[in-house]
Amino acid sequence: MELINNLMLGFGVAFTLQNLLYAFGGSVLGTLIGVLPGLGPVATIAMLLPSIYALDATPALIMLAGIYYGAQYGGSTTAILINVPGESSSVVTAIDGYAMARKGRAGAALAAAGLGSFFAGCVGTIIIAAFAPPLTELAFKFGPAEYFSLMVLGLIGAVVLASGSLVKAIAMILLGLLLGQINTDVISGVPRYSFDIPELTDGIGFVAIAMGIFGFGEIVTNLSKPAEHREVFTKDVKGLWPTMQDFKDAYPAVLRGTALGSILGVLPGGGALLASFAAYTLEKKSKGRKGEVPFGQGNIRGVAGPESANNAGAQTSFIPMLTLGIPPNAVMALMVGAMTIKGIQPGPQVMTSNPELFWGLIASMWVGNAMLVILNLPLIGIWIKLLTVPYRFLFPAIVVFCSIGSYTLNNSSFDVYMTAGFTAVGYLFYKLGCEPAPLLLGFILGPMMEENLRRALLLSRGDWTTFATRPLSAGLLVAAALMIVIVMLPSIKNKREEAFQEE
Amino acid sequence: MKIKSQKDFWSGLMFVAVGIGFAWGATNYNFGSSARPGPGFFPFGLGLLMAILGAAVLFKALVVETEDGEPIGAWAFRPLLIIMGSVGLFGFTLPLLGMAVALPILIVMCSLAGDEFHWKDAIISVVVLTVGSWLIFIKGLSLVIPLWPKFITG
Repeated sequence: MELINNLMLGFGVAFTLQNLLYAFGGSVLGTLIGVLPGLGPVATIAMLLPSIYALDATPALIMLAGIYYGAQYGGSTTAILINVPGESSSVVTAIDGYAMARKGRAGAALAAAGLGSFFAGCVGTIIIAAFAPPLTELAFKFGPAEYFSLMVLGLIGAVVLASGSLVKAIAMILLGLLLGQINTDVISGVPRYSFDIPELTDGIGFVAIAMGIFGFGEIVTNLSKPAEHREVFTKDVKGLWPTMQDFKDAYPAVLRGTALGSILGVLPGGGALLASFAAYTLEKKSKGRKGEVPFGQGNIRGVAGPESANNAGAQTSFIPMLTLGIPPNAVMALMVGAMTIKGIQPGPQVMTSNPELFWGLIASMWVGNAMLVILNLPLIGIWIKLLTVPYRFLFPAIVVFCSIGSYTLNNSSFDVYMTAGFTAVGYLFYKLGCEPAPLLLGFILGPMMEENLRRALLLSRGDWTTFATRPLSAGLLVAAALMIVIVMLPSIKNKREEAFQEE
Repeated sequence: MKIKSQKDFWSGLMFVAVGIGFAWGATNYNFGSSARPGPGFFPFGLGLLMAILGAAVLFKALVVETEDGEPIGAWAFRPLLIIMGSVGLFGFTLPLLGMAVALPILIVMCSLAGDEFHWKDAIISVVVLTVGSWLIFIKGLSLVIPLWPKFITG
């Protein structure tokens, strides 16, 4: 019963007063940014990275994790109440959730989303606890060639499942990998692309990239659009508890959504967004009871399914990050960065070298999910009030936190200038229709990928076939190739474009 | 030849240019051999690969028809320059003038990037955010950030 022992250790860590406070803080902050449209978890976590210098690794990661799954809860609130998804993963929730709100059933929709998410979160936590150790075992068998191939698979997976043009997304990964080459070469000690600027020999801080592109770049993008007028259903939120019939309708959807989300979350590039889209499609296809409300007009399954799925996906996307050190999405890339800041090398050894951190983080997710249900259902009124904060107050606050954050990272003005520079890059990407998330993944994985590639070649004495002759490595590369081929198939290609059209 | 997608055309061009730039820059570093890859090995390959993909995007932009030509649209230079300028200025002023002066400048300046600007709103933001940042970053997280101008503290 190692699982029980491990979880006990984890709950012991998570239930200390300090860690409870940070889990709570993270969840509140996550809900907050989830509710506020125009500020996502990527920008927020980037903003907070400098502040974790003052914290121990465990509470810091507990807090950051709380922000991520808290944002999934908060995002659904805005989707239901004002038809503006706070997070991209609640886009589909808005379809039926908003329809329910317009019929005066906002309370039932919010409850279905909240309780469904909580259930999914619990299952997700158990799945992480059960699957992380065997995966970690497997990861110890990996040599440099396998790691390189795994990263190729991870990066390809991340873009195959993302929206937009595939070729452009792969080019964005390469751009990220190249930006990661601006550093001092680990093996030979030669500074590369530094143009004799001493700050650049340490590489570009990924916080500068994340804040510039995701924080400031988004502000400029938002400001360039005309202000929108929102209709908020604040008075209609009553009768929070769903009816018996609602429960009967919603629970199979919750189960299906949780299962689907848990699987999709583990896949590279999966996570919350894809899970919610897939779950909505699944709910539409599966048969409900006779005479239920049609989809698009306020079917509770259309809320419960995707919401459970996105939360389960958010949880299980921690698995590749925790066991292999490979981030499946931009938020996890930042978590890897946070671990590095705290001097922890992400990878399979984290479970044995920092068991308190590993199991404490997992247990805290369950604790955080419980807190979120409490935060979101009875306190919904407070979050609704926040929706009325105008953007002209919001964006200076984001600018202030990002600016201070980029300065305190190294206590240098150089990082602030870099962040300002990446603002323009972020806006350029938006204008040219280039998705920036793959760039961040590439940037984080770049140095690791290079090191593993060069080590693998050293070991094989320059023989490139080493990637194809080692069975594990070959399997991973074949999987990556298959993914590209499948997405390129005409029928799948159209479906993929269709799925992202709804955004 | 007519450009069928403005967005793809310019992004393809960007990928080609940056890719060639990195690959060309990599020639300054030791390339090594397959058995002993040097520091220029990986960036050269990556740069080349990116330039090829950029060329593919470029090709598509010139050949594949799109409905509306995917125009890039007007550039919002005003918010972009104001945000970049105010953040850059903050980087310069913070070590010299401290948070108590640099933050209000940043807040007022970046507020100008919005559609509407009211002094009353800006002053509310200045007070709330400056005091809030002092509480969070200096009091709460005890980060080393100068609070007052250098010429006062010496």
